[in-house]
Amino acid sequence: MTATARKAPIEAVGRPAEPGKVVPLGRAPASRFDAGRTAASLARNVIPPVIVLLVLLAVWQVSCSGPGASLPPPSQIWTDSYDLIAYPFFEYGSQDIGLAWRVLISLERVGIGFGLAAVVGVAIGALIGQSVWAMRGLDPIFQILRTVPPLAWLPLSLAAFQDSNPSAIFVIFITSIWPVIINTAVGVRNIPEDYRNVARVLRLNQLEFFLRIMLPAAAPYIFTGLRIGIGLSWLAIVAAEMLTGGVGIGFFIWDAWNSSRLPDIIVALVYIGVTGFVLDKLVALLGRVVARTSAAA
Amino acid sequence: MSAYLKIDHIDKSFERGGVATHVLADITLTIDKGEFVSIIGHSGCGKSTLLNLVAGLTPVTAGAILLEGREVNEPGPERAVVFQNHSLLPWLSVYENVNLAVSKVFAGRKSRAERHDWVMHNLDLVQMAHAGDKRPAEISGGMKQRVGIARALAMEPKILLLDEPFGALDALTRAHLQDAVMDIHARLGNTMIMITHDVDEAVLLSDRIVMMTNGPAAHIGEVLEVPIPRPRDRIALASDRSYLRCRQAVLKFLYERHRFVEAAE
Repeated sequence: MTATARKAPIEAVGRPAEPGKVVPLGRAPASRFDAGRTAASLARNVIPPVIVLLVLLAVWQVSCSGPGASLPPPSQIWTDSYDLIAYPFFEYGSQDIGLAWRVLISLERVGIGFGLAAVVGVAIGALIGQSVWAMRGLDPIFQILRTVPPLAWLPLSLAAFQDSNPSAIFVIFITSIWPVIINTAVGVRNIPEDYRNVARVLRLNQLEFFLRIMLPAAAPYIFTGLRIGIGLSWLAIVAAEMLTGGVGIGFFIWDAWNSSRLPDIIVALVYIGVTGFVLDKLVALLGRVVARTSAAA
Repeated sequence: MSAYLKIDHIDKSFERGGVATHVLADITLTIDKGEFVSIIGHSGCGKSTLLNLVAGLTPVTAGAILLEGREVNEPGPERAVVFQNHSLLPWLSVYENVNLAVSKVFAGRKSRAERHDWVMHNLDLVQMAHAGDKRPAEISGGMKQRVGIARALAMEPKILLLDEPFGALDALTRAHLQDAVMDIHARLGNTMIMITHDVDEAVLLSDRIVMMTNGPAAHIGEVLEVPIPRPRDRIALASDRSYLRCRQAVLKFLYERHRFVEAAE
């Protein structure tokens, strides 16, 4: 669109009668080609995983159908856990609710913990990226802390908060903050010197510099950190809930294990996997939208 | 006329890992209001460093820079810089890039409508008003540099600093932009300092050409007055005697007396 708009006056000088014709000719085949290509790429991306999935289910069905099988086959999961699969939003009591509700409750914890981690992580990352001394002081400590497994924080967190819900949120926070901090710091350190010089000539103050230069310039790095962070926090919430209880999806698995409902566990795993996938894609999509607006010249 | 900008016995050295490099030695230069001065020299001679010192982006090691009698020790919009690689912010549109400067510099002094008019006026000066909504990635290199000039002009600077503004452009675009800068200089009477390594560009645009010797410890080798009346026309000048004489003087300085020695690096 912009290309044709810019070209028009040049064409007009050379061939005064032509420019009206150029646009429709150029456009029609392009759109038809696009529709065909979209369908083709959809088929390319959807058909192979569906086939592989069917094959895997068949293998599973056959191998777990014998009398001594320790895990249930897909057909048994379908019959035993039909209510969980078909009615994700049922509510029979405070502890007996559909899996979608449980996922939403877990997501709420992730939302709070990850939201805090994003805000605090970007702020600390910006500080480390800006100040050589903050980096020298904090970076080695962070590099050690970030390798601590999420669940190792849980006992300390339970002792500090005396309650399971804030403890679970804290575990999410402490798990997902490191990649946000480290990536933001790298992004801020990589802001071109020219942009800093522009800010200095304009005498932008700290806040203006942060909002107008630093955030947009470091956005691609920040979103990489956020994407890693959201993945880690979804890993951590399930594990944390298995230990802290409550009504989240993690505790559901633990509960099902204790009452030997293996089919329910498998259904819950599918829910967790799909939710994690969607979360990752959402952050990636957001990052792409932001990156498109702040793409390097 | 008393000196508008006074560069007074400047020394600059950088220190890295305990090793000091003496870049500029004893630079003294005075520039009058409305004057166009070019600084020319081989690459690595410290001419960009000199411009950064005037801009306040790097601190001087010794000596002082005075603008209208006041010492320069930090960057500011009254010494606007046109950067070598345009340095437009890629996430802002052309209009927003200029507006960022205008809304910062004129905050509280101009109303919103006045600021809008001022942005458009400056984009108009460089013939870029039609591309206000475009992002830097969507316009050509020459257009980006035009917007960079508009942004600098929009700060209403006392002195405009151009750091090899046309270095990354092709010859034709370069000529167009040189004409644009000459036109702006004629209309607004700005004081301008331009860093360049292009002899023709220096002679065409400048009132005076400052020639730098090679580093380390570069100093001003010679200052050449360009006695060509304005407005100047590049085609007429091609056979003009004083133009050719100036051109020859600069070439002689650069290639006979201060030939660039690669081995020195």
